[in-house]
Amino acid sequence: MRFTLNGAPAEVEAPPMKRLLDVLREECALTGSKEGCGEGECGACTVLVDGMPVVSCLVPFAQVRDAEVVTIEGLGGTHPLQKAFAELGGAQCGICTPGMIMAAVALGPDPGFEEIRRGLAGNLCRCTGYEAIYRAVQGASA
Amino acid sequence: MRVPAATGYLLWIPPRAYPYPSRDPVSTSVGRNVPRKDGIPKVTGAALYVDDLRFPGMLYGRTIRSTISRGRITSIRFDFDTAGFTIVQAGDVPGDRCNYVALLEDDQPFLAAHQINHQAEPILLLAHEDRDVLNAAKVEIEYERDIPVMDAQASPVVFKEIRIRKGDVERAMETAEVIVEGTYRTGHQEHVYIETNGVIAVPEADGGMTVHGSLQCPYYVHKALKALLDLPDERVRVVQTETGGGFGGKEEYPSVIAGHAALLARKSGHPVKMVYDREEDMVATTKRHPSVIRHRTGLTRDGRLVAMDIDVLLDGGAYVTLSPVVLSRGCIHAAGPYRCEHVRTVGRAVMTNTPPNGAFRGFGAPQTQFAMEVHMERIAEALGMDPVRLRDINALRPGDTTATGQRMGDDCSALEVLRTAVERSDFHRKRAEYAGTGKGIGLSLFYHGSGFTGSGEVHLKSKVALEAREDGVRVLVASAEIGQGTRTMLAQIAADALGVPYEEVEPVQPDTAQVPDSGPTVASRTCMVVGGILQKCAQEMREKIGMMTPQEYARLHGPLLVTRQYEKPHDITWNDTEYTGDAYATYGWGCDVAEVELDPVTYEVRPLRVTVVHEIGKAIHPLLVEGQIEGGTAQGVGWALNEHVVMRDGAMANAQLTNYTIPTTLDTPRLDVVILENPSSYGPFGAKGVGEMPIDGPAPAVINAIRHLGLDVRDIPAIPEAVMEVACASR
Repeated sequence: MRFTLNGAPAEVEAPPMKRLLDVLREECALTGSKEGCGEGECGACTVLVDGMPVVSCLVPFAQVRDAEVVTIEGLGGTHPLQKAFAELGGAQCGICTPGMIMAAVALGPDPGFEEIRRGLAGNLCRCTGYEAIYRAVQGASA
Repeated sequence: MRVPAATGYLLWIPPRAYPYPSRDPVSTSVGRNVPRKDGIPKVTGAALYVDDLRFPGMLYGRTIRSTISRGRITSIRFDFDTAGFTIVQAGDVPGDRCNYVALLEDDQPFLAAHQINHQAEPILLLAHEDRDVLNAAKVEIEYERDIPVMDAQASPVVFKEIRIRKGDVERAMETAEVIVEGTYRTGHQEHVYIETNGVIAVPEADGGMTVHGSLQCPYYVHKALKALLDLPDERVRVVQTETGGGFGGKEEYPSVIAGHAALLARKSGHPVKMVYDREEDMVATTKRHPSVIRHRTGLTRDGRLVAMDIDVLLDGGAYVTLSPVVLSRGCIHAAGPYRCEHVRTVGRAVMTNTPPNGAFRGFGAPQTQFAMEVHMERIAEALGMDPVRLRDINALRPGDTTATGQRMGDDCSALEVLRTAVERSDFHRKRAEYAGTGKGIGLSLFYHGSGFTGSGEVHLKSKVALEAREDGVRVLVASAEIGQGTRTMLAQIAADALGVPYEEVEPVQPDTAQVPDSGPTVASRTCMVVGGILQKCAQEMREKIGMMTPQEYARLHGPLLVTRQYEKPHDITWNDTEYTGDAYATYGWGCDVAEVELDPVTYEVRPLRVTVVHEIGKAIHPLLVEGQIEGGTAQGVGWALNEHVVMRDGAMANAQLTNYTIPTTLDTPRLDVVILENPSSYGPFGAKGVGEMPIDGPAPAVINAIRHLGLDVRDIPAIPEAVMEVACASR
């Protein structure tokens, strides 16, 4: 099946009902997306599909045919959000971080505080109490 | 590096001078927000957690667990084709002696042979190369059931009893002008680290075993595997992989899952990966001990504490695990940060036929200080007294003694945190303004001992090593980075104590084949205790290398390894049998002010804001400290309001993140953190412990804010159903 993965064309053979998360981690060796609950509650597996944040543990692989998938690896390491999360304490244990950053990417540039709070409500973090994440997202736009 | 605007960072006692002046004073790192050592890998997805690793020929492992709370196994039937499976049962464990998880007591089997003592108790293990085939395998187990013990208050088995006695409570109580009594209850709490428990066991050609895993205490797992596999020290190797949160949930439990994977690996001859899914992690692993705590307090009419009589009951679950130590910390903190000449605390940890409870951030102190602080609020009510004034009168001051008779030194900051929090939150104005509205405001005053209790650090004999090499300086410790910033903070301490740039110091990955046993990553001890030993290593190294850089020295003389062991400060004394003396070398101090709003229709309590003032000696890295305080506060608010473990027939019935809800962005109040520094002479650069204290205060502050609304809540979690019951009962 063909789709675009992190900006490049990809062709991957995998069962259509396999979770996108497993395809990314096991077939594509992109282990940056994490599994925290397997039921779409924690958001650690968040990736972008055609620009929209989705929990990849609930998406069957068949649904991304011809779509554009972006994972944390697709940000390349120099994205302002990545820099801000690293510098401002947005990442502690780091397990929610890739999904959190992808959800923050989907907020677009310069989101307001309530936008950030609502936009990240589907991503659980147990380490930070979210304040440092707010500071990182706001800091990335500063 | 920007310092977040939200931080009110006050230095009310100047930091002490560095022991070795750096050649370039600007390059000192302690007290500055230097870049996290693990920052970049974590934000790029490059950091490797255990589930990201694969080994050639690796199998997947699965645990078959009991579905009853108490009884005996009568038959086991495999309803699947066992070809291609590795199956391990209790009989496969080398000797009867070996089938116990080595910790405090040899009571918890790795695999139940006959007797079942709790739901989800491991009975047998399966491994297969195909995860789907593995998960489809069905095992039928039949039991002869016994009546389980579910109510801790009715338990016939006491794991541990602790008595703390100061003065003469009974006689003093007779002289009290006012007596206030109350019972307070706290529920289970699930850690909900976002990475579940997981390990990979790799059998070695020499008969040894290597385990890679998500864990806090490599040497706990090492000890457990040696006993289980009957192997000598050097044949067992434990490597900590990047760990996605711990909070105590990866303190003792990883020994169990590591043992299981190792048994499968040994029998199959293949590496075996076991990573729990969320449900299994919630059902089977440890939780915070539920508590029932009774207070009877005598006071003078003007609010001075005369006598405190405290009874602490912890539900330990089916096996001892760490319950005696949790009880110990709980009891020592039970009288709160207050001066009182007559205190009696009696604590018991008892058995129930539920999955064992274990370490969780705070380790008993959040439960007992919850009770103390809600009780203080009720005392203030009974006396018609301002709750701040009541605490102000009774707070420990330098020169006062705690319930164990420990005399407070100048690093006692109870009054300072109280006064700072009250002023910063504008407590009194809001208290008046919110009265009669749907909003409430409440506070809590608390403290937390840094490091192992009593003579714990003496028994641990922690070792730390520092190595000078041509390519830089390596910190060798078993202390695990679990998000709190261990690598960064230890590198800062070593760098400044040695007088070298932070960038040139690298802590190595905790691996028992490489690092000495610096003790477990628990008890708010890593910075103060491990960091303290590390500072001495660096000072010794500096003495040895003179004015050279470590790299220059290593080029000329070869690598230099300096190893130091914990040395008890001579002026710290503790009596283990009497429970008297210096329970901890020092304490952190905290005061939380919570503001809440009650939804009059749903009875949902929404936390709006928590002002958090912590005195922690010295913030080695203010941003990391702030992260610990904010995260712990949010976790404490969750414990107070959201996190309800529903036990049905002795098993967690809501073992999903859908039904056991930890705070999301929308449930978490805004947090205003103030860090105060009053250095301790026992910690590096004056630092005290910080990891646990933030979870001591939020729950009582939130419940006291609910009390301000006129609702007599004494139990947590205060979920809407519980608040409604209280509201309806008081009508």
